[in-house]
Amino acid sequence: MAKVVGDIVIDIEKCKGCGVCIPACPQDVISLSKNVNGKGYNYAEPVNDDCTGCMNCAIVCPDGVITVYRKKIE
Amino acid sequence: MKGNEAFAEAAIRAGADGYFGYPITPQSEVMEYLMAEKPHERTGMVVLQAESEVAAINMVYGGAACGKRVLTSSSSPGISLKQEGISYIAGAELPCLILNVVRGGPGLGTIQPSQSDYFQSTKGGGHGDYRMIVLAPSSVQEMADFAGLGFELAFKYRNPVMVLSDGAIGQMMEKVELEEQRPRFTEEEIIKNTPWATTGKTKNRERNIITSLNLDSAKQEQHNIDLQKKYKLIQEKETRFELINCEDAEYLIVAYGTSARLSQKAVDLLRNQGIKAGLLRPITLFPFPTEAISKLADRVKGILTVEMSAGQMVEDVKLAVGCRVKVEHFGRMGGIIPSPTEVVEAMHKKIIGG
Amino acid sequence: MANITKEEIRKPENLVYKKTDLLTDKALSYCPGCGHGTTHRIIMEVLEEMDIQDKTIGIAPVGCSVLAYDFMNIDMQQAAHGRAPALATAIKRLMPEKFVFTYQGDGDLAAIGTAETIHACNRGENIVIIFINNGIYGMTGGQMAPTTLPGMKSSTSPYGRDTHLMGNPLKMTELVAQLPGTIYVTRQSVHTPSNVRKTKKAIRKAFENQKLNKGVSFVEVVSNCNSGWKMTPVQSNKWMEENMFPFYPLGDIKVNTD
Repeated sequence: MAKVVGDIVIDIEKCKGCGVCIPACPQDVISLSKNVNGKGYNYAEPVNDDCTGCMNCAIVCPDGVITVYRKKIE
Repeated sequence: MKGNEAFAEAAIRAGADGYFGYPITPQSEVMEYLMAEKPHERTGMVVLQAESEVAAINMVYGGAACGKRVLTSSSSPGISLKQEGISYIAGAELPCLILNVVRGGPGLGTIQPSQSDYFQSTKGGGHGDYRMIVLAPSSVQEMADFAGLGFELAFKYRNPVMVLSDGAIGQMMEKVELEEQRPRFTEEEIIKNTPWATTGKTKNRERNIITSLNLDSAKQEQHNIDLQKKYKLIQEKETRFELINCEDAEYLIVAYGTSARLSQKAVDLLRNQGIKAGLLRPITLFPFPTEAISKLADRVKGILTVEMSAGQMVEDVKLAVGCRVKVEHFGRMGGIIPSPTEVVEAMHKKIIGG
Repeated sequence: MANITKEEIRKPENLVYKKTDLLTDKALSYCPGCGHGTTHRIIMEVLEEMDIQDKTIGIAPVGCSVLAYDFMNIDMQQAAHGRAPALATAIKRLMPEKFVFTYQGDGDLAAIGTAETIHACNRGENIVIIFINNGIYGMTGGQMAPTTLPGMKSSTSPYGRDTHLMGNPLKMTELVAQLPGTIYVTRQSVHTPSNVRKTKKAIRKAFENQKLNKGVSFVEVVSNCNSGWKMTPVQSNKWMEENMFPFYPLGDIKVNTD
């Protein structure tokens, strides 16, 4: 059966740590880092490998910092 | 033709792309004439009656920012409403033409002619350090001529140009010779002539942004320095004035617009009395003919300015003259046009005998 | 997932979403979580999908989005406070083949620019108006807006908006829907993925409508202002659902595009 796997790349220097992506993710992939970026924000980061590439996080991100990849595997 | 109508017809013939206005006496004939002429059929020119003077001047901003030849017209209270927009237009360095058919103020004032908007026109009016080029017609012919000249100067310097007329010249009828119709610029010509205009960002250039905002103080200061350089260049290149009977003049009148017309008659009356009087008529109020007045100050005995105001231009004449000779103002206010005889009397009382 | 590495997923052929090139690389000046950024992005995505970057002129007047031209990679004009619909009127009339839109906040559109908005809508100018309604003056630091809810606190209504003293919130969107010059009037939001998708569709429809040459398309986006509301972004979105949406219900108000 075909399965879909995804991954996200977050531009952490442009992320403002607003956290709007966190409730948008159905797989609970994203969390705010304990570390801060150059602007002092606790940036968003993926914390597990459950991403399906649904793009919800990227669509709702006000700063457009999330890039999404999706691949079908057999 | 009426002065207001001559201006409107000349604007069509100058290839204007758009007029945006709001009715106010004594200049409503401008839009009435344009609407009756159907310039959208003649040349494709857009004519729109806006909801307010504020909207009209901002329509001018929007059109000018697209590189179009756009204009508006109003009278004093309406021009006051346009000041915000004019400041933005000057700040964003947009070319446009604004006609002010001046009436008496302050406030709602009167609908009769006046020249009491000299300060507002030449010294700013809106906020910030900016200047308009100000052309002062003294005949219906010049009302027509300055529509074309105004556009030419506006685009040459990317600066708003005001035609500062008054209710007398706007309403009077005289014979006028009009220029031939010149075609409106095509989009290709606009992109070539005004590459800064917002015509749509194509792949081969960066985006064009029209703004008067600089949050960076250093950039805003530099912008102001550049504007001042431009205004200085305008002062060097574009000062216009007319000299009448000044070759041997001992007494000089300085007057523009309607005041210049009646002062010319006063010069004749004074000459009949054996007094060698002459007239300097500023055609541009900014840039002001400071140098020409300064030169004459070296050889005349006194200078009278005649204005339909409490005395506004007289300050610029005094700055040009210094303390070399006596400079006095004579004027009427509230919409009253002084008679040539009154000017002659004022010359005797304030300058010759004073 | 066990048999595939991240490197294998992150290949160009697997790319499904990235920020559109019609947004510049400059970091947005908005507060964290602000709906302005999302709305900017979906407008630019619509222009990219319609391939009309070279035919579009945007106008941003005064407000938080005054610097929109720093982020939108299209020709733009900055307008005086409230006057964007006047600029748009002239631009569209002088260049009818272009796509013209204004991007206005609630203070701009529903207070100082009420006259310009209503008259552009009433004349049926063939433009798109995007109206960001967050119920507050964000840029100047959280003062009461024409759209501030009854009882809502702001820096100039510190004890809550008293409608007897301060008047009632103005529903501009319902108001312009009454005018014959509007053909499409809708209210949307951008706080969840499904709402973003709906809003993007609405904005796409609004721009497509310009080809009809029939009048104004007006898209209100009810948005958050977590700084002005003094909440976290996630809290502000929840507060918006519970308080703003009952007063400003989402959905199409007028669709007259046939």
